[in-house]
Formats: sequence, C-alpha cells, structure tokens
Amino acid sequence: MSAPLLLVRDLRVAFPTRQGVFEAVRGVSFDLGRERLGVVGESGSGKSMTGRAILGLVRPPGRVTAQRMELDGQSILNLPERQMRAIRGRRISMVMQDPKFSLNPVMRVGDQIVEAYRQQTGAGRATARTRAMEMLEAVRIREPERVFGAYPHEVSGGMGQRIMIAMMLASGPEILIADEPTSALDVSVRTEVLRIMDDLVRDRGMGLIFISHDLNLVAQFCDRVLIMYAGRVVETLAARDLHAARHPYTQGLLNSLPRLDAPVERLAVLERRPEWKDGPLDPALVDASMIDAFPGGVR
Amino acid sequence: MSAPILEIRDLRVWFGNPPDRVDAVKGVDLTVARGESFGLVGESGSGKSTILRALAGLAPTWSGTITVDGETLRGTARSKAFHRKVQMVFQDPYASLHPRHTVDRVLAETLKLQGMDDVDRRIARLLDDVGLGQGFRFRYPHQLSGGQRQRVAVARALAGEPALLLLDEPTSALDVSVQAEILNLLADLRADRGLTYLMVSHDLAVIGHLCQRLAVMQGGLIVDRLDAAALRAGRADSAYTRHLIEASQSYVGSAG
Repeated sequence: MSAPLLLVRDLRVAFPTRQGVFEAVRGVSFDLGRERLGVVGESGSGKSMTGRAILGLVRPPGRVTAQRMELDGQSILNLPERQMRAIRGRRISMVMQDPKFSLNPVMRVGDQIVEAYRQQTGAGRATARTRAMEMLEAVRIREPERVFGAYPHEVSGGMGQRIMIAMMLASGPEILIADEPTSALDVSVRTEVLRIMDDLVRDRGMGLIFISHDLNLVAQFCDRVLIMYAGRVVETLAARDLHAARHPYTQGLLNSLPRLDAPVERLAVLERRPEWKDGPLDPALVDASMIDAFPGGVR
Repeated sequence: MSAPILEIRDLRVWFGNPPDRVDAVKGVDLTVARGESFGLVGESGSGKSTILRALAGLAPTWSGTITVDGETLRGTARSKAFHRKVQMVFQDPYASLHPRHTVDRVLAETLKLQGMDDVDRRIARLLDDVGLGQGFRFRYPHQLSGGQRQRVAVARALAGEPALLLLDEPTSALDVSVQAEILNLLADLRADRGLTYLMVSHDLAVIGHLCQRLAVMQGGLIVDRLDAAALRAGRADSAYTRHLIEASQSYVGSAG
C-alpha cells in the first residue's frame, strides 16, 4: 500500500474537569488512503472529537496529543493557528451535520462560497465566482444562478447540505471529513446528497472520513469502518463485513436496530461491559500494527 | 368493536393568512381504535406532527372534526378531562424538561395539576414503571442522559393515567441502543396499561416495530394506509411509499 494520505497514531483528546481529566479520545490510530472510511459510534464515543482534533478545532482547555498525526508525511499535530489555517479548507475540509447552523444566515449563499474560496486560495473575485458556479452545478443544483443569490433560509435542508459540500470541495482538498452530513435530512434527499458526495470524492481521488451513528448507512456507503466505544477504536473491518462483526459492542449496536425485514417482539438491549472501555484491545479485531504503536491501548 | 378512541374527519390545518397562508394539513381522515398503536410516517413538512399538535390544542387554526373518546374538540382549549385522557411525548427530551426543575418537581407538579392524591407514592411508582427507580428522583435534567430524560418525559405523560399517548418522534434524538430501550419500554407500557398510541416518525423501521397500522403522509395528505405486515413485505399501493421503503433500506441506490 502506498503512503497513506493521513496517518494518525495514539490520538488523545483530554479535557480538564472538576472531577479530574476527562479523556474523550483515548489512543485512536488509523491510516486513511484514497478511500471512504466510516467512523461509527454512539454519542460520546469520541467520533466527532476525532474529526475535530484532526482539523485542530479542539478549543482550550481541551488538549490534543498524539504520537504521530501526519498529512502526506508532514506533521499537523498542534500546528500554530496560522499554519493550520493553510490546511483547513484547502487540504482538509469538513462538512457538519446541519447546514442551518453552518451557513451564515444573513449572507447570500454564493457570496459565502466565494469568500471561502478566496480565503483558501487567494483567487480573485471573478475567478472565485466562476468556481462557485461550477461547484453549484457539480452538486447538481438546477438553477445555480438563482441559488447563488439566495439566502440560507430560502433553500431546503438537502440543498443547504449540497451548498456546504460545494463550498468545502471548491478548493480541491485532499481529505473531506463529513460529520453526520445526512442525519438532518429526509431519507429521499439523503440518498441524493450521499451520491453527489460520493461521486465528487471518487472523481477527485480524495480520502473521506465519514462520521456517523448509522451503521446501515456506513455499511453501504463506506469501504472500511472503525467502530468507536468510549474514545477507542474497538473494531476495524471492511464495510461489507459489518454485519459479520465480531466485537460484542458492534453486534449489540446492530441488534438494537429495528428492522423491517426481520421483525422481533422485543429489541435486543445493549449491555455495556467495563472491559470494552478499559480492557486490552483484541488484536484479531483491530489492525495489529495499530496496537503495537502503543502497547495496551490505554495508559 | 367498541367506539374508536380517536376519530378525525376532514382535518385541515393552516398557518398564516393569505397570501402567505401555508396549508400544512389538507383534509385528513383518521380513525384509531382503543388499544391500537397507529403510526404516521412522512418526511419533514408532510404535516404528520401538525396533526398531533392540532389534537393537543397547539395549532391555533384548524377545521374539521376531532373526536377523542366521545368528546368533540373545539379551537385550542382543551378540557381537564382531555388532558387526563391524552398526553404527548415530544422528540427532544433536552428541550421538553425544565432545566431548573428536579425530576421530583416535574412529576409532582404534573400530578397535582391532574388532581391526583398520594403524590409521593405515585412518583415512586412512575419512576419504577419507566425503569428509572428512586435514585433519579432528585436529579436535574442535566444530570441525566438522553435516554433517562426521555424516560422522565414518558413518566410525566403517564402521570395522569392517560388512555391515549401522542408520540412525536420519541426516539429520533437518541442513540440506537437507547432507542431500543425506549421502544421496549413503550411496548411494555402499552401491554401493561392497555394504552393507545398515535406515533409520528420518519423512520419506517421504528413504526414497523411498534405500530400495527400506519398511514403515509406527503404534502399534507394521507397517500397510503397499510398494516405492519404489508409494510414489511413492501406491499404498498402508492409509488411514494414504495420509494420510502426502498430509500430507508438502501442508501446508495441502484443508480449509484
């Protein structure tokens, strides 16, 4: 395998609290190539915090540490803000859950894409405008001229998310981090947004980190999946094998979903075991080289 | 068959005045039998939650007839007897509990409003019934997880011993493992107390699990009515329902 786009070893995010230090991410390691990598877990599992840490978006007093965190071989761990800004948006972009909160409500959509693009590339106004139009077409917005001049409240949720994708991919980043990009959307719109994102990521040979709580979605949409529990990756597997997952936590999550094709009287309830949180990681379930990087997993 | 607990005829709900009038529900008929669990499915803006809000007296402008347990509803005023019979559980347990009231106060206030005696013993029972137990009685909402908060919201709804529960996306803000716990709790409570549910959700699998019959809504109208077995088998009359079933099972789709 060629050198990964993004290499993460023993990533930790800690927050001091009155009850002592709380570790939200506890030794996460993975490689990202030109692939769609799903990160699955429940709320509080550290999946979003992992994405934010990569982009340097963890605010003090939160602390990010890692043995290594490299983009194309260059360390991006705790870079000064000025250098981080040269990476954010230009080389690694992020799409968040709800376009309502990501878009500026009092600025026209087109102007926001133009501003972001100019900020990231230093391009002139005219170039940026042309690029914004191209991107709106690329995310299959039928009347790009009209949408360019619209305010966020005038577009639907699905369209808002497509606008976010257009904005985030305009500068041609190498990696897209999508944090629950379709959770706020209706099922019928979701399919289209996913397809657009997939096409763009594939055409450009980007790496995608797809953060989601939806196992079925990830199983169908991604190439590889990391399952996170209590700040650690407890299982790594090919997305198509997700339904044959072996970690009891992953199995428990799968079983707790109601399914149309397999009705049950009562849904299985997940019993959380303490060893998932603090016990040693199972080398059969997690890539062994990732465990070797930091024996024991938990310090 | 006994008289239905809920009968809705030609319900129309609108917001605003012309030319900005928005018709959210455009003529819906619905009958829910006593003891039944009925689901309303649709995408955002289809009018499914608006029906619940009109029922509960939270939508100011509506027309048509709504009869609950023989009582015909008018306007937004609801009688004391209505509140005793009908209670609602909302989507977001973070927003529906007062942040500065303890669980004890939330339940005590509700019980007093419902004119119940023996408040102390009832609170203990309610907490046991929703699987929380006494340990949670004097906690504030921020000391509870999302699932525990939703259990408190269910306990509050049950305080007046209602016959009909209106459930507006009760699990969509929760993790799947917690969703499973709440769905099991709702199923148990219905079996124990003979409750009737009218549940709104965008998730077909959740409706298929908890409801026996369902209606599919689109653009303020019911476009399909089917039972859970037909839903599971994908036997739907309207193309829209089949599209929803397909979209909920496969995200990437065949054209991808």
